[in-house]
Amino acid sequence: MAEMTQSENVTVISAERGWTLFDFAELRAYRDLFYFLVWRDIKVLYAQTVLGFAWAILNPAVQIVVFSVIFGRVANVGTDGVPYVLFSTVAIIPWTYMSDSMTAASQSLVAGKQMLGKIYFPRILYPLTPILAKLVDFGISLVIVVIVMVYYQVVPTWNLLLLPLLILVMMLVPTGIGMWLAALAIRYRDIRFAMTYVIKLLIYSAPILYTASSIPENIRFWYSLNPIVAVIEGFRASLLGGEIPWEFIVPGLVTSVIVFLSGAAYFRRMERVFVDVI
Amino acid sequence: MNDLAIKVEGVSKVYRIGLRDQAGDSIGKAAIDFVKSPVKNYRKYRSLYRFTREELSDAYAGDDILWALRDVSFDVAQGDVIGIIGVNGAGKSTLLKVISRITPPTAGRITIRGRVSSLLEVGTGFHPELTGRENVYLNGTILGMRKAEVDRKFDEIVDFAAITKFLDTPVKRYSMGMRVRLAFAVAAHLEPEILIIDEVLAVGDAEFQKKCLSKMEDVGKEGRTVLFVSHNMAAITRLCQRGILLSAGQLVMDGEAHEIVSAYLTHGLGTAAAREWPDTADAPGDDVVRLRAVRAIDEQGEVTEGPDIRKPVGLQIEYDVLRAGEIIMPYFSLNNDEGVMLFSTIDQDMRWHSTPRPVGRYVSTAWIPGNLLSEGMVYVTAAMRTPVRKHRRFYVGDAIAFNVVDRMEGDSARGTWAGRLIGAVRPKLEWATVYDAENEAPRG
Repeated sequence: MAEMTQSENVTVISAERGWTLFDFAELRAYRDLFYFLVWRDIKVLYAQTVLGFAWAILNPAVQIVVFSVIFGRVANVGTDGVPYVLFSTVAIIPWTYMSDSMTAASQSLVAGKQMLGKIYFPRILYPLTPILAKLVDFGISLVIVVIVMVYYQVVPTWNLLLLPLLILVMMLVPTGIGMWLAALAIRYRDIRFAMTYVIKLLIYSAPILYTASSIPENIRFWYSLNPIVAVIEGFRASLLGGEIPWEFIVPGLVTSVIVFLSGAAYFRRMERVFVDVI
Repeated sequence: MNDLAIKVEGVSKVYRIGLRDQAGDSIGKAAIDFVKSPVKNYRKYRSLYRFTREELSDAYAGDDILWALRDVSFDVAQGDVIGIIGVNGAGKSTLLKVISRITPPTAGRITIRGRVSSLLEVGTGFHPELTGRENVYLNGTILGMRKAEVDRKFDEIVDFAAITKFLDTPVKRYSMGMRVRLAFAVAAHLEPEILIIDEVLAVGDAEFQKKCLSKMEDVGKEGRTVLFVSHNMAAITRLCQRGILLSAGQLVMDGEAHEIVSAYLTHGLGTAAAREWPDTADAPGDDVVRLRAVRAIDEQGEVTEGPDIRKPVGLQIEYDVLRAGEIIMPYFSLNNDEGVMLFSTIDQDMRWHSTPRPVGRYVSTAWIPGNLLSEGMVYVTAAMRTPVRKHRRFYVGDAIAFNVVDRMEGDSARGTWAGRLIGAVRPKLEWATVYDAENEAPRG
């Protein structure tokens, strides 16, 4: 490379793969594109619908009503004294975000394969885009939380300060899983078929419809390794007050970081072959 | 050598091509295959991008490995406009894909200085639900522009595409032509140091293509580095200084664009709408007459690769008479791509028909009327006949080819019929249908 003068604009393409998890300089260079991709997802989602963004409220609202009737009234699931509607609302809102963004992120590469083969931009933007775009739905659906909390006259406590951290974990989990599954799904389309019911089953892996306290003590540690548990229990404590369940939040935080980093590493390792295996 | 833009060193790209599965020939075997298939599938998908050292060695004889590129090396200086030529499957597009980082090389190394934008297909990332304005921003940033750059060029882009009125209409309501115009307008206003273009000129109407070509010429003049893949040899000779000829994944020639183009054409590797023999010494012919060029032209006298089915096409032959006193008759025969001969034609100009010709340069043009040829490829054989039976001064089979296009505007022989319309020729005939209301059709 003696005849190439070194400058910031030099790109080397070779058969070896790099070792860094993220190429931050490149992501910076593509930040405007990232912005427009997120914005496109938001804009297009409710295109040609009558209700538009009202769907972001309607979808979780219907779920809350159905679950409250079935689990709250019919099955009479215990909630440690919290009204079931309130109990499920603060859990279903973050869960809806996590399941939606996880599904979208894991299908992002397959959905974008047309573009994948024609133009280069950092591949990581494919799964990251829905993670951010779905935040809009999440933000809108928080209206339900506010309405339900006002109705049940819940007074916010200092626990609310924990919310930003929980939202971060709430985003970290689908990002990590999304990167894993997106990289797998482009090669093994089985992922798409599995996703439809895995998401449905995943709702039972966390205390969304039941309380975490109903899990037997002896397996509670293993249970706490599921980062979704941390998000749900954390949201409840943060919004409704009471003791902060650190025994769930700390392990969940650790596993979510592990999922995120391993997802990034796997994605990075595989991103070079995406185009060749479409 | 500080002004290198791209350095390609020993780049290879290997693909595994699917081999037919061994099907079980009994129900029992088929059942076992079915049970085993997940494992087999897993291995198969994994092997798509993993190659053993042995498979990559020269000695490997298996036919499941395809070398799309094999040990390709070349340098591109800053400001070079390079045409990449080769038949389909020669590796042109793979090379561009590797350079634009869409797919990694299996071996070798490429160093690029400057920002690269590739137009492997115009309109990539257009979203039908978004408006024209929104798509300009989205597509612009996808192609590598910053938002501020799009802001700055927005008015120019919209002017170039001529869609001002429809800026806030979703693109799904655009006509195909408008979409293509908008997409190209965005692409044409990119200002990367290195621009990679693959066959984009194949789109749009003739007027728009002209606009695009002149825009491309500007890009070249601005000192930008351009890599250009096209089957349009005329465009390559006009726009590029340098050419690279690929064949079966290997770089076989690198030099002046017109040399590469003529080498490509004379070696029968491809056919264009115009072909020239600049060097009299190896042009077809003899000591009486030598061929200089054969072209398909439109009414304006421009070489046309894709003439309009409704318009006349001129078959032009240019030749030098070297020895006076002979009677010669230029002759063409036309075949379609099924090998069917459409017709042949011989010089009808009575002044020369039976007159010995003086020395000098001649250009003869035979006009095929509009609405005669059918859609699709037409291959033209050019020859120089003499009054002696079966005697020819030269004969060049499939000298040129062009692609007759029906633009579906309702006034061709198709009318408004968009289905299949077969036949070697497609004359536009006078049709009349009479309705006789008095005469009832017999029943039963």
